[in-house]
Amino acid sequence: MIIDALAGVLLIPALAAALFAALPGYRVTARLNVLAALLTFLTATSLFFVEPKSGPYLLVDDLNKVFIVLTTFVGFTTSVFSASYIGHEIEIGRLTPVFVRFYHSMYQVLMLAMNLALVANNIGLMWVAIELATLTTVLMVGIYRTHEALEAAWKYFILGSVGIALALFGTILVYLAARPVIGEGLYAMVWTVLVTRAAQFDPALLNVAFVFLLLGYGTKVGLAPLHAWLPDAHAEGPTPISAVLSGLLLNVALYALLRFKMLLALNPVAIAPGPLMVTMGLISCVFAAFMLYRRRDIKRMFAYSSIEHMGIIVFAFGMGGPLANFAGLLHMTMHSLTKSAIFYAVGHISQVKGTQKIADMGGLTVTNPVLGWSLVLGVVAIAGLPPLGIFMSEFLVVSSTFAREPGLAIILALGVLVGVGGLFMRLNTIAFGEPRGPTARAKASYIPMFAHFAIVFVAGIYMPPALVTGFQNVARLLG
Amino acid sequence: MRGLSFDIAHMLAGSLVLVSFMQLYQDRLYSLLNIYALHALVLAASVAWQAFVQDAPHLYLTAVIALVFKAIVIPTALHRIIVRLGIHREIETVVGVGPAMLLGMGLVALSMVVMLRVTAEADPLAREDLAFALSVVLLGLLMMVTRRNAVSQVVGFMSLENGLVLAATGAKGMPLVVEISVAFSVLIAFIVIGIFLFRIRERFDTVDVQALDRFRGERR
Repeated sequence: MIIDALAGVLLIPALAAALFAALPGYRVTARLNVLAALLTFLTATSLFFVEPKSGPYLLVDDLNKVFIVLTTFVGFTTSVFSASYIGHEIEIGRLTPVFVRFYHSMYQVLMLAMNLALVANNIGLMWVAIELATLTTVLMVGIYRTHEALEAAWKYFILGSVGIALALFGTILVYLAARPVIGEGLYAMVWTVLVTRAAQFDPALLNVAFVFLLLGYGTKVGLAPLHAWLPDAHAEGPTPISAVLSGLLLNVALYALLRFKMLLALNPVAIAPGPLMVTMGLISCVFAAFMLYRRRDIKRMFAYSSIEHMGIIVFAFGMGGPLANFAGLLHMTMHSLTKSAIFYAVGHISQVKGTQKIADMGGLTVTNPVLGWSLVLGVVAIAGLPPLGIFMSEFLVVSSTFAREPGLAIILALGVLVGVGGLFMRLNTIAFGEPRGPTARAKASYIPMFAHFAIVFVAGIYMPPALVTGFQNVARLLG
Repeated sequence: MRGLSFDIAHMLAGSLVLVSFMQLYQDRLYSLLNIYALHALVLAASVAWQAFVQDAPHLYLTAVIALVFKAIVIPTALHRIIVRLGIHREIETVVGVGPAMLLGMGLVALSMVVMLRVTAEADPLAREDLAFALSVVLLGLLMMVTRRNAVSQVVGFMSLENGLVLAATGAKGMPLVVEISVAFSVLIAFIVIGIFLFRIRERFDTVDVQALDRFRGERR
């Protein structure tokens, strides 16, 4: 077979993007967008059954399979949500059909870029893909062309490009470290080759390279001192893009970081990457938890919650070891599903209320019971209350840390608790109390939201053994 | 011959750092753009020399991109944009020229200390190139931080990117260099054409210029 599943996850979005750029009429395109995303997801799932051969440019292994399937699944559900969201935006005239055409095309380019970053077997190719993803999201964030949206897009663009520039410098340094061992040319940038010879690389070069990569890709993950772009980009762009940013793009940048961490871990003389990641993760988690208290914009609030959770995930992977890696992986999956579901709810809520200001919302459980209670459920899930999935993963992160570094575990748990307080304080205003603002019924598609909640709920109670062994394999791979 | 080719590469990379310093103290957008064109010109020469020394013909393509796109097309386009926006006057600097130069020297010293120590075993050409490239990258970052004006931020980013191209070409035999330099050029074209003409323009008309004028009114 010439076109295997690996090429499929790249070709389908690429073709769809070209098609959508040519097609007028947003209704058809919105449906086709769902179809293309579904096809990509199905193709990605088939990777579990038939594993294509990896070449010098593309690669499939246990680690990226998890990421690809998660990315394409959330990409698919978001496209369903996006169809109803965009319909409403056109109705109220916030977006014109020309911009919607552009939007759908860019949506597929973004999917292509993320999939390419995940399957790339070449550190240079991976960098190009992450750059492409940054570029498309910058354009999407600025799509409303309001003052704030342009400001946010500009900030994102400047910080994002500085991030990817630093990451490229790190990538060049990795090549320089590999060159004397592997030899000049293509193979000194190929993951599968790098991994086999990493023990012989010059450790000093690798150390400096990792610092650049951590700062560079860390900017894209939204780690604390480098997170400034994230809340603006989430708040000002269209909500489906906030969902994809939080649920997927942050993960993709994290994936890049994890690959380089694996490389460093294989070199006995190089610095251990763990402590650096633990520190940055912890700072992000605690900082974002405190920032939750002063938020007045609902999307901005959940953006800070994403920073908090990315902090927890990076912390878990930084701790390392099979158990912490397993917890990190589980937490990443649960966070992606929960956070994107929350953004689906938030998108419809802000459309009903005509604003994103928390002060102008109120009593949602009375006026719009489905949306209101969904938001309550989402916040309960993201706050990590039992019996939902995030409780499981957060509990695992904290308990596995407690056995090794009790001090760090206490700080982490404190950060999480502070975050819970902030979230519930705002939730109280939004969901309960006196109804405020318009109370029209939402023309919403609830299915994607409910599907995500169902998975998160089931995962909190029962995880299929196949999934557990799969995650355990990956956790061992991560070292 | 080995000695001479090394000296020329060294001189070109060193000049790039020097031109980066020149950018730091330009207080007019016009002259800043001219200096940036010079920066790109020096980069093109440096990349072409690397292509010759390493006997890597594909690098000539990167040099041509630097020459045509970065030294001619982009500065010309930016010239026209700033004239149309009517902002070809002084640049607002957050940090004064003196402190900026001192900071810049500190950054260059830092990158020399870090890179020369780390790459003790690499071949001398790559080593020096990398140290200079990191200096250019850091000076570009410094410029982005110390300027408020969107055009000079973009110029800062472009000179940062020139430093990365210098590093990539200095790393002998690195694959994908041409592709990466093309990707960067696309990125810059996107900003300059897409965001500038259609989007940031609104931002300038309504926010920046007014804010700038008000700020000046207070100062004088």
